[in-house]
Amino acid sequence: MATTVHEPPKIELDRFPSQGSGNGGWRNLVPADGDLRRVKDYSPLPASTGIWVGLASITMTFAAFTSALVVRQGASPDWRHITLPPVLYLNTLVIIASSVTLEISRRRVAAFMGGLKDRATNPARWLYITLFLGLLFVAGQTFAWLQLKAQGFGLATNVSYSFFYVLTVAHALHLLGGLGGLARVIGKLSKSVLKRSTLDATSRYWHFMGVLWVYLLFLLWMKL
Amino acid sequence: MHDMSAHAVQHGAPTSFIRKHVFSLDHKVIGKQYYALALLAALVGMVLSWIMRIHLGWGSFAIPGLHLLSSTGAPGNVLTPEYYLQLMTMHGTIMVFFVLTTAPFAAFGNFFLPIQTGAEDMPFPHFNMMSFWVTFVAFVVLVASFFAGDGPTLGGWTQYAPLSAIGSVGGPGEGIGVVLWASSIGLFCIGQLLGALNFITTTLDMRCRGMSLMRLPLSAWAWFITSIMGLTAFAVLMPACILLILDHIAGTSFFVASNLVINDQVLPHSGGSTLLWQHLFWFFGHPEVYIAIVPGMGIISHILITNMRKPMLSHRVLIYSMGALAALSYMVYGHHMFVSGMNPVSSLAFSFPTLVITIPSTIIVLIWLGSLYGAKLRINSASLFSLGFVSMFISGGVSGFFLAQPSIDIMLHATYFVVGHFHLVMGVAAMFGIFAGTYFWFPKMAGRMMNETLGRVHFWMSFVGAYCIFMPFHYLGIAGNVRRYQAFTDDYLIPLIPVHKFITIAALFTGVAQLIFVYNLIHSRFKGEIAPNDNPWEGTSLEWSTATPPPHNNFGDKMPVVYHDPYQYSVEGASTDYVMQTSPEKINSPKEEK
Repeated sequence: MATTVHEPPKIELDRFPSQGSGNGGWRNLVPADGDLRRVKDYSPLPASTGIWVGLASITMTFAAFTSALVVRQGASPDWRHITLPPVLYLNTLVIIASSVTLEISRRRVAAFMGGLKDRATNPARWLYITLFLGLLFVAGQTFAWLQLKAQGFGLATNVSYSFFYVLTVAHALHLLGGLGGLARVIGKLSKSVLKRSTLDATSRYWHFMGVLWVYLLFLLWMKL
Repeated sequence: MHDMSAHAVQHGAPTSFIRKHVFSLDHKVIGKQYYALALLAALVGMVLSWIMRIHLGWGSFAIPGLHLLSSTGAPGNVLTPEYYLQLMTMHGTIMVFFVLTTAPFAAFGNFFLPIQTGAEDMPFPHFNMMSFWVTFVAFVVLVASFFAGDGPTLGGWTQYAPLSAIGSVGGPGEGIGVVLWASSIGLFCIGQLLGALNFITTTLDMRCRGMSLMRLPLSAWAWFITSIMGLTAFAVLMPACILLILDHIAGTSFFVASNLVINDQVLPHSGGSTLLWQHLFWFFGHPEVYIAIVPGMGIISHILITNMRKPMLSHRVLIYSMGALAALSYMVYGHHMFVSGMNPVSSLAFSFPTLVITIPSTIIVLIWLGSLYGAKLRINSASLFSLGFVSMFISGGVSGFFLAQPSIDIMLHATYFVVGHFHLVMGVAAMFGIFAGTYFWFPKMAGRMMNETLGRVHFWMSFVGAYCIFMPFHYLGIAGNVRRYQAFTDDYLIPLIPVHKFITIAALFTGVAQLIFVYNLIHSRFKGEIAPNDNPWEGTSLEWSTATPPPHNNFGDKMPVVYHDPYQYSVEGASTDYVMQTSPEKINSPKEEK
């Protein structure tokens, strides 16, 4: 599972200051005399901003699902209470653990990229552990779906089951995107081309998936 | 200019045909692809409207070749009532999503936002490429519904449940047609979300040196604000489409109520909420109106300023007003549901912000008119269409005052009055914004000029034609003419048929004008007069300071540095009547933004 990294990854300074362009902001207006020495370069990184924009979009999607659940529950007396598969609680521990391992990994890789750690330290190890925990979570969710299906509770059995499947599958699909991101980070790290901003953005996404799951579990537990 | 020669561009210039013209990562190529898709969609949507209008004016008239589209939907080349509704649904869907959203926002925004901000490209070019191709697939899926099963859905572009969710038992177009519609719109949402991600990040992070937010041109501001709306609105429509598809293919009961009997069959669904769809749809739907119109506001402001040779009365207030429109657009969606049986208090709660939203709209209009007052406007096709935009926006907006009040809306709901209102304010106005942008930016996009005479003919025919079509709609609505009827057999509707005939003739006349535009566009692309220089309109923003057409990384090896506000026209003491943003020339302008 582990990969040996022989050379420390190159530290690619993100867009600034190496590229020199970037937003002025109101503090950095270029003076009319054109003396650029008076201008300080500053700009947030696109990956850093982009991930928050993406998370805002995902938040809206799940807010819409939540609104639909609340409205639909109040629309008709056919709402049936369901018992959540116990494996979901185990899965919750797994995804929380994956956030912890990713955070450890992020700090180690950051230190490694900064040249602070011994070269023998394998910075990818905790990333692999996170990846494994992520896959374990998806496997656990799949187990929960199969368990419900074996008990005769399908997507159309009752609308509460419909929401259960829709919310958990939608979350799992988003989480698969996070797994892809982690795999990409590992690939880039092994080729020594990983950018710090890529790692940070992937971490934020993954942590968000964890927070989102805890919210969904609470919602499902409370409403279903 | 700032030396950028040592800095790597985000992705190298493409060498293969596929990467250069098909799966391009270049925002300029993607912008052109979006424009081409919107043009194709507009032609399809226009032909559909012709067919509908001919049917409304002369119901028994056989349109040659129509049976080729659907032998069951148009036997003897005459539309069946169901097929009329199917074509109407496709007209609305294609126009709202694939024309009004795609052209002013995705097409022009893709091409010009990075250039106007001084960026080399969008920050996530692969997402940008995916954005277009997902949108293209969405269009293909939608058009495929013409040829699948019993044809496209007939539920209208709003696809109200339960009609949209009951399946093929409901009649033609209610089975696979709805599934394809919802799949198409779901894909479209993904495409727009990817686009919005790039637009927002470009504006916030990719601006060149000296380009503060307030130094962005109004068009860039409009695209930025629209992308924020798109990010939140399409993220809500997509889950709604997923739930609709599940009601169809998985037998779930999100939108279909219990014990619903359709065509003597009791449906197996139970307990669904028909209003749930309306809530989800209109939470997207009203911001969508502004997604269609705000880019046009920015584009025509940009064009008018260039042709007035002076800035707007207030750059900031115009930006704040567009932002206010965006924020308020989320608080008014319930005004589409006044007749849904909602609590009167809720009606009031939605009516009040609907009236409030007229305040920023009015401020914007007053800024336009106040700025135009006394201006020596350069008359050309672009400025004429910009003026046309203002005219249409006012004319269509005024009827919005009436519809904002529940007591009046209940009477006018689902009549031609509403159809006239939204066609003028978000349909024709947005189209005029697209035309204005095309005539204005064509030299930069293609390196050639469009034919000015044909452009003016196009404008006057469109301007007169559009009013002849949509003003009588208001009259029809007040007279009680319900929309979506394919024939007028009731006593009180029969006297209105001559009005419909007049509208049909006006629609065909206006359509001919659009064919002139298409001819002008294609002819000018290949044989038009070569653009005299990189800045034929003597503009000040960054798109006019780079080569024509712009190089792969937009500015060559010299990245721009911005010294001034976007609209420095008629500056006292300057060597010319305009000072470009990149000009280091000192100017004495007390109004420079800080």
